[in-house]
Amino acid sequence: MELFEYSAYELSKMLQRKKTSSEELVRSYLKRIELINPRVNAYITATPALALDTAQSVDNKRIRGEELHPLAGIPVAVKDNISTAGIKTTCASRILEHYIPPYDATVVKALNRAGMPVLGKTNLDEFAMGSSTENSAFFPTRNPWDLEKVPGGSSGGSAAAVASGMAPLALGSDTGGSIRQPAALCGVTGLRPTYGRVSRYGLVAFASSLDQVGTLALSARDTALLLNLVAGPDPHDSTSLPDRDRDYIDNLTAGVENLRVGVIKQNVADSFDREVTAAVLKAASLLESNGARVEKVSLPMIDYGLSAYYLIAPSEASSNLGRYDGVRYGYFAPGKDISEMFCRTRGEGFGPEVKRRIMIGTYALSAGYYDAYYLQAMKVRTMIRREYEEVFKRYDILIGAASPTPAFKLGEKTGDPLQMYLSDVCNITDSLAGVPSLAIPGGFHSSGLPMGLQLTAAPQSERLLLQVACFFEQHPETKPRRPELDFIESPPEEGGM
Amino acid sequence: MGIDFNREVDRVARLARLSLDPDEKKHMADQLSDILETARRIQELDTSGIEPTSHVINIPVAMREDEVKPSLPLSKVLQNAPRRENDYVKVPRVTPPASNEEGK
Repeated sequence: MELFEYSAYELSKMLQRKKTSSEELVRSYLKRIELINPRVNAYITATPALALDTAQSVDNKRIRGEELHPLAGIPVAVKDNISTAGIKTTCASRILEHYIPPYDATVVKALNRAGMPVLGKTNLDEFAMGSSTENSAFFPTRNPWDLEKVPGGSSGGSAAAVASGMAPLALGSDTGGSIRQPAALCGVTGLRPTYGRVSRYGLVAFASSLDQVGTLALSARDTALLLNLVAGPDPHDSTSLPDRDRDYIDNLTAGVENLRVGVIKQNVADSFDREVTAAVLKAASLLESNGARVEKVSLPMIDYGLSAYYLIAPSEASSNLGRYDGVRYGYFAPGKDISEMFCRTRGEGFGPEVKRRIMIGTYALSAGYYDAYYLQAMKVRTMIRREYEEVFKRYDILIGAASPTPAFKLGEKTGDPLQMYLSDVCNITDSLAGVPSLAIPGGFHSSGLPMGLQLTAAPQSERLLLQVACFFEQHPETKPRRPELDFIESPPEEGGM
Repeated sequence: MGIDFNREVDRVARLARLSLDPDEKKHMADQLSDILETARRIQELDTSGIEPTSHVINIPVAMREDEVKPSLPLSKVLQNAPRRENDYVKVPRVTPPASNEEGK
């Protein structure tokens, strides 16, 4: 077995027993990136020298017998909207193409403190706005299960990197499904933690009341390991939760007996791919046959989630993205006066989807429309939260599809923004409610593509989500698998690229 | 009943400080009309007496002592500025020239 085939947990054990070194690990992943990335395009920037530096320093500490974090020496990939001091952070946008942050995001500080070598910065839809990674200003990422398919988005680079063994772990961000939908489409485990559980400091802002940093990994245990590192309060983020959770690992194998499970009717809808809904129902019966109490439950407010989201997120984006004006950082276009400079800088620097969202948001916040759009959407958000509060009095965990379909073709939805938005329909309402939500492998479609299940629990119930995920991993049908990557054998010129 | 965004595009683009070329405007007007049509579904809900969400998870307002702490050095803060002079960022003139400055 090659090193990249092991989980982060196994690699951590191997490092602790000195069966391998961090340098050897990093070199193995760099080789893998060299081989696969030209076809998958998961990384915008690779940082091999920096990764090797970190690895060697951790190896030396280990030789000296210093106490190390369980993840010390384990490589990691970071989505390119998370600030890394001295390393380009582009948000996959022309407007930040050459931007080098002067500081680290709090989560990146945590990776550095633990001694995790950063392999590089992963591709995304521009400013995390999209569901296929095709909105990247640089290039689309491809799905390692089928290069003609999208990896999902916006954390498509991180999901594809983990799925194809180009990183054992990755950080992503999730505003309205941007971790969970790509995790589902690439067959990996993607966690959106409770809003505030992980610091947002240094995550480039898209929609601040929804943005959340989270993880992409190969298993529940690997997710727990990384969450243990990045979760916790941060004085630099006033919205971070003030308390600290218990360890995310110790209850992983507690099983599902007596859990009260609700199958969300709206997330096994008739309009979804039939095999996807069948996979959810099968997963539910697996829980039932192992001692959980399973019922169908309706959350009617889910039908309004997409509408509310596409007012709230663009409104906040239109405000947050006001900072890109060509003055302090980023792309700059000259103008005869300052207004022309602003308009041209933004008109030339932003891509089409970002402009669309800025326009929607500006409209929804403008005089005469604010009450009917933004304010109404924020009231609807309260109704959504109340519905969740009620349902979590009766159920410990909710289950549904993590995406209505498996991965779709590149180009299939780029001409129709609304169709693209609908691919997040399973994920958006959890974001609006602020609750933790986890996408896990849920079996395979007849097309050979992975399908994803989504587990949702009450705020701060990440431990429970990971416990249920761990249960599913033990069963043959929902066990995580890796793609074959038969394209590696053929030279890059061939294979329908 | 549809929303015709064509009449709104120029006003909104001006508010957002976005220059859009004519093709972009036409294309965007059609797409935004569709998107807003979908978003308007929330207007069929009765929200009377419901408070808008201000913070999704209830936590106490984060307070701290008002202390001076080290911040980034100016050179680092300015390292990404497209145009700068000494310790300043440089932008085109913000105010129109005063009448007695004409011809200078």
